[in-house]
Amino acid sequence: MLWLALRFPLLPLEIFTRGSAMSGPLAVVASSAANAAIVACNQEARRHGIAAGMPVAAAQALASGLRVFTRDVTAERAALERVAAWSFQFTPTVSIAASIEVLLEVAGSLSLFGGLNRLWMDVEQQAAAMGYTTFIAGAPTPLAAQLFARAGLSPRIRHYDALRLSLEQLPVGVLELSPTSSDVLQDIGIDTLGKCLELPRNGLARRTGKELLDQLDRALGRAPDPRPAFTPPGNFKAALPLPAPVTRAEVLLFAARRLITELCGLLAATGKGVQRLEFSLSHEDGDDTRFALDLMAASRDPAHLVNVLRERLERLALPSPVTVLALQSEMLLPLTSSSLSFLPDDREQVTSFVKLVERLRARLGRSSVQGFDTIADHRPECAWSAGEPGRESVTPMKWPPSARPLWLLDPPRPLPEIAEIPQYEGPLTLMTRPECIESGWWNGKDVQREYFVACNPAQSLLWIYRESRRNGGWYLHGFFS
Amino acid sequence: MQPLEAVLNHPAIWRGNDCARVAIPSISTGFPELDAALPGGGWPAAALTEIYAERPGIGELQLLMPAAARLTRVGRWIVLIAPPHIPYAPAFVAHGLRLPRLVLVRTSSAEESFWACEQALRHQGCGAVLAWIDRAPERALKRLQLAAEAGSAAALLFRSARVIPASPAALRLHVGRLQNRTVVRVLKRRGSDLATPIVLDLPNSPATPAGARRANHNVRLLETAP
Repeated sequence: MLWLALRFPLLPLEIFTRGSAMSGPLAVVASSAANAAIVACNQEARRHGIAAGMPVAAAQALASGLRVFTRDVTAERAALERVAAWSFQFTPTVSIAASIEVLLEVAGSLSLFGGLNRLWMDVEQQAAAMGYTTFIAGAPTPLAAQLFARAGLSPRIRHYDALRLSLEQLPVGVLELSPTSSDVLQDIGIDTLGKCLELPRNGLARRTGKELLDQLDRALGRAPDPRPAFTPPGNFKAALPLPAPVTRAEVLLFAARRLITELCGLLAATGKGVQRLEFSLSHEDGDDTRFALDLMAASRDPAHLVNVLRERLERLALPSPVTVLALQSEMLLPLTSSSLSFLPDDREQVTSFVKLVERLRARLGRSSVQGFDTIADHRPECAWSAGEPGRESVTPMKWPPSARPLWLLDPPRPLPEIAEIPQYEGPLTLMTRPECIESGWWNGKDVQREYFVACNPAQSLLWIYRESRRNGGWYLHGFFS
Repeated sequence: MQPLEAVLNHPAIWRGNDCARVAIPSISTGFPELDAALPGGGWPAAALTEIYAERPGIGELQLLMPAAARLTRVGRWIVLIAPPHIPYAPAFVAHGLRLPRLVLVRTSSAEESFWACEQALRHQGCGAVLAWIDRAPERALKRLQLAAEAGSAAALLFRSARVIPASPAALRLHVGRLQNRTVVRVLKRRGSDLATPIVLDLPNSPATPAGARRANHNVRLLETAP
């Protein structure tokens, strides 16, 4: 067993600040009361002498520019659950251990991720991409991993022998005991776990209750320590408050990247992909701005999703500054993971091209990027349609048309006549005998035409027709370019 | 000591008296007369080519069809950016193109067209990017040339022949018509200049006997409702 404890010491603060790169002293207080205590603060605030537990008034006296947020326990829990869902990509055994701790059992995942070092780096990098400060510790028992993470240490202990030696060094504070128990230990001069372990068990139990011994036994693996398993949710929904109202697209992208990292972790964990991402931007006043990214194919590649979003944001007009960015995706589709190959195959070319099409569509609009399809219809304007790029035609063209121009004009352009000879930059000469097309009487778009290839004095080759119904007349329908 | 011939055949050596054949990766045009006049023996890949058509309908697009057909058959993509009319799918099929590899991009400004061109050119799967942009500042063309060098696609820019300003393109052609034949003049190429125009009979042109014969059938198409 190898448990990784992920501790997010600044989570109460970072759920407010990770939406943008902020500087200056920041802190979270327990409530909006005037004498509320500081729960967490950033490095800069600590440099001013601010620490957790300090009354907010005292902290404000130390740092005049201190920005204070009021703690939001519900949002913290939601954020931690999303972290747990994200970490599911590394192992199926995930547990939420405390209000700011998540446990992963990774012994079975090591070879898949290329060893503990690679896995560790992956976890660290992605946690940073989500905008969280993380302490990671690895130990054979879940509680020991938690204790090391609480002490701010990051050991990677694989064996029980080494575990005891390292645990002995830890201060008793990491056990987070009740005030009476810790007072007792302080009175008898016990400050490390090593000293606790040297004391007779019976005496210790009598003085501090069962709690301390129980924790020590579980940390050392002498007592069982079952943990509730976390189940990932079936959809993704997250809102990210922006610390300062945002008007620029790149700042929004920074915040969106946080959420996309979380989403892609969940997708990788469940073997799924998204085809539709719904964004909702809240403003200080007025209605929310909503838009969706529709992808051609399901994806869970964070870099690609960010690229597509960047193009979409660039052509988004914001009515007023944005205060909250929310991302929602309900349609999680199964996506088979791709195997590695030495040679680029056809399928891979299609998937990589899909990314280009999606980027183009994000900026130019969906209908501006199209593929082509042919339809078995004799009417020239009905013989083609716009299709999805890369999609094979369902009805292959059965009827090879005689001369067809590369350019089609829609609608056909009427041609003037001089002495019954059609004109286009001069009189036209007919190069072919007529090709008669009569079709479509059943749906009201019937045509009765005689088509010719024609040439003008400048030797442009044109595709023209004479209308056989109504008043007749000549029309230009295409260029043999 | 290497023989002089071996040294001169090195791809990095450029000789001014001839068009260096080895140095430039190219896509054969499918017209032997034209290939012979082009430095790499075809449309230069990963480089910008400008085509000036005298007027629409003189075969400037047909020049590209054999190369485009071959590219789509090996799975490369052809991207058409801001074409002046509807690219007519049945005609593309008749020229041998695989339709699923053809993509149309419509834009609302020259700026968007340039952006789309750059994106497509940088994509390794693209075989050719065909763009119709009339007003192109030199700076934008330089960017396109750089984007083309980053990928492997032939960048083909169609422009009207009214004005022919200076440009960083690797190859510049002028297409006109004379006596029912397509005439290509090379305005600029890598290597020496070519003064004599190249005269081509485009195979799928309806004016040629093959095309005319097919039209002669004069099938009267009467149909019943499906």
